[in-house]
Amino acid sequence: MTTNESTERIPASLRTEALEQLLTERGLVDPNVLDAIITDYETNVGPLNGARVIAKAWTDPEYRRWLLDDGTAAIKELGFIGLQTEHVVVVENTPTSHHVVVCTLCSCYPWQLLGLPPSWYKDPAYRARIVKEPRKVLSEMGLELADEVQITVHDSSSEVRWLVLPERPAGTADLPEDQLVPLITRDAMVGVARIEPP
Amino acid sequence: MTAPMDMEGPAGPPRSNGELVFAEPWESRAFGMAVSLSEAGVFTWPQFQAALIARIARWRATPTEGTHWNYYHHWLGALEDVLADRGAVLADDITARAQALAQRPTGHDHPH
Repeated sequence: MTTNESTERIPASLRTEALEQLLTERGLVDPNVLDAIITDYETNVGPLNGARVIAKAWTDPEYRRWLLDDGTAAIKELGFIGLQTEHVVVVENTPTSHHVVVCTLCSCYPWQLLGLPPSWYKDPAYRARIVKEPRKVLSEMGLELADEVQITVHDSSSEVRWLVLPERPAGTADLPEDQLVPLITRDAMVGVARIEPP
Repeated sequence: MTAPMDMEGPAGPPRSNGELVFAEPWESRAFGMAVSLSEAGVFTWPQFQAALIARIARWRATPTEGTHWNYYHHWLGALEDVLADRGAVLADDITARAQALAQRPTGHDHPH
């Protein structure tokens, strides 16, 4: 396998630079377009989009029903459907039922709602272990769930991207939507954390 | 295993999570190339995704000693695979160009 051997010998940074040069010369990529894509994902596309969806669901019962019934359509209404977020299914965490998301084969993730995945989500250990021993892995990540809480692990390795609708924390009943948004974390929307009361 | 959330703005822009989106600049270029090429129709996203899954599965099946896990190494490998499949860029071309780039004198990108 000369490809593998050469890939290992040549640093990835150099190989990437070589590839970008070749693609640019052949008119297949434009470095300025690459710059724009990278800047967008580094600075704009992030968990704020997902948080807006969740905050709306917490404050608008009709939207919540729609979101759980047809996540893709309800999210599209807010404008967050796009690359890697074409089909979304939303699952609701309750005191007795907990949902957590993984991609066992690669790292599928709803980019438009949560940004690019964090390193732990891409890690082989998380991808393999959350399926086999979710309670233990969640505990190691700081989320203790009682034995009677049923855990469902959702594998994103298909067209579907999952979004967890976390439980609304105590003491937030009077907060308006825009004050709920900053409380909502990426980890809670993946299902590896609870949302703490303000 | 998990990074502490920045309580000032956990839902803010990616960087305010206290976690860099890309660990090194080349990772961002490899990411951007895959997105750009799929948007341009050079390959479809499912084709890229299948190549990425294959790369990761191969790494899992035959973990080579001394090779640590790096997600974007597999990403770059998958990108090379789909481009080679379509005859757009061959692995040997990339190797040759990378070797040429490696011959540049130190400080080539810091003109004085």
